[in-house]
Amino acid sequence: MNPEYLFFLLIFPGLLFTAVLGLSVGWIDRKVSARFQFRVGPPFWQNFNDFFKLLGKETIIVKEGIHSLFLAAPFIAFATLAFIATLIGMALFFSRGFGGDLLVIMYLLMVYSVMIVMGGAATGNVYSSIGAGREIKLLLADELAFILVCLVPIIKSGYQVNLEQLLLVQAEQGVFIGSVSGFIAFVIGLLCIQAKMTLPPFHIPEAETEIVEGPFMEYSGPPLAFWKLNHFMMYVILPFLLILLFMGGFNFQGIGILWAILKYILIIVLIIIIKNTNPRVRIDTALNFFWKYATPLAFIALILAVLGV
Amino acid sequence: MGWYNKRLAKSIWVFHVSASPCNNCDIEILDLLTPKYDVERFGIKLVGSVRHADVLLLSGIINQKVAPKVKHLYEQAPRPIFVVGVGTCPSGGCCFNDSYNKVPVREEIIPINLYIPGCPPKPEAMIEGIVKLVEVLNG
Repeated sequence: MNPEYLFFLLIFPGLLFTAVLGLSVGWIDRKVSARFQFRVGPPFWQNFNDFFKLLGKETIIVKEGIHSLFLAAPFIAFATLAFIATLIGMALFFSRGFGGDLLVIMYLLMVYSVMIVMGGAATGNVYSSIGAGREIKLLLADELAFILVCLVPIIKSGYQVNLEQLLLVQAEQGVFIGSVSGFIAFVIGLLCIQAKMTLPPFHIPEAETEIVEGPFMEYSGPPLAFWKLNHFMMYVILPFLLILLFMGGFNFQGIGILWAILKYILIIVLIIIIKNTNPRVRIDTALNFFWKYATPLAFIALILAVLGV
Repeated sequence: MGWYNKRLAKSIWVFHVSASPCNNCDIEILDLLTPKYDVERFGIKLVGSVRHADVLLLSGIINQKVAPKVKHLYEQAPRPIFVVGVGTCPSGGCCFNDSYNKVPVREEIIPINLYIPGCPPKPEAMIEGIVKLVEVLNG
């Protein structure tokens, strides 16, 4: 194997870069949320401190349940996310992709949710099981809308299932968010990533006040640290995917760096505003919302994209 | 362990153990976690599961009915774990000292690292107590 690939996977667009950026952006989220509630908020290194503190705590393995699955789930999820980050980062920063990589990303994002279900269900705890069940329902709710949203750029680029080609088409014809179908798909996609990250109003699986963090309830020590890290890595992966699909990626020449940061900050701020202004919805409300409103709207966007609007 | 203790001191996750209190200290603890006092600036967070906890906030005399449960909770918490007794009850028993249902020897149930006396202690006093714990951790 080429050692270059190891660098891509472990350092730059992959594991280390995503983890550090994710923890930093997690601080922005906590700080802005605190300002929303007229608080001061945590210091910058808070998420790093939390992570390293959890690494040093004792790992308690529950008596009942499947121990190997319980311990493997957070690390498989972490590896999956590092791989997704590498795929997206390679397309964004190095303009390299392969045929069908968008499909691979869609599948791997589903693997992450499945790992949450596995880890939660492996403990035998009642609250964890409820959380795992809710995670499945939420996955069923948002997955169809998310796939339809991902199909819109594919159709608009002339049926190219290749991240590099999507970026090239957007560089030639203008970004997809500028068209009607692209804009609708972007808005639905924003709500879908809110559900994929299980942020409010869709934090139904890990409702802290109701089923005490749901699937993560029985985790302690390093596995919990990696669940927290996975959550923060999603703050990088999903906004980057939206930027890639609808906003034409990053351009690092001259003023382009400023635009790249602005695009990312815009998506993060939109996510934080939605997060802080909405209470948690019930699972049936979430299903209603995605199946009755979001999915038909995404389907309309798809038809508009086929018609070329 | 110096480096690790510094990390621990900056990220204290608190679990609230209510061991038969008169509910007075509990309301003050809830006050402490409101936006006005904002303990998140010290990295303190209230968690719902004892598996995530670094500090157990214990309030109330421990009566014989909850004593096994408190002991169980302490055993279930991941090490290192610290116990902070909030209010006069865990230290002196306050006005419930002569109750027939109080456990005779509190140290057999749960060892307490830090006492915050007061009936109830003000949120400012609790913050000061936690800061003292942080100072001990920082060495």
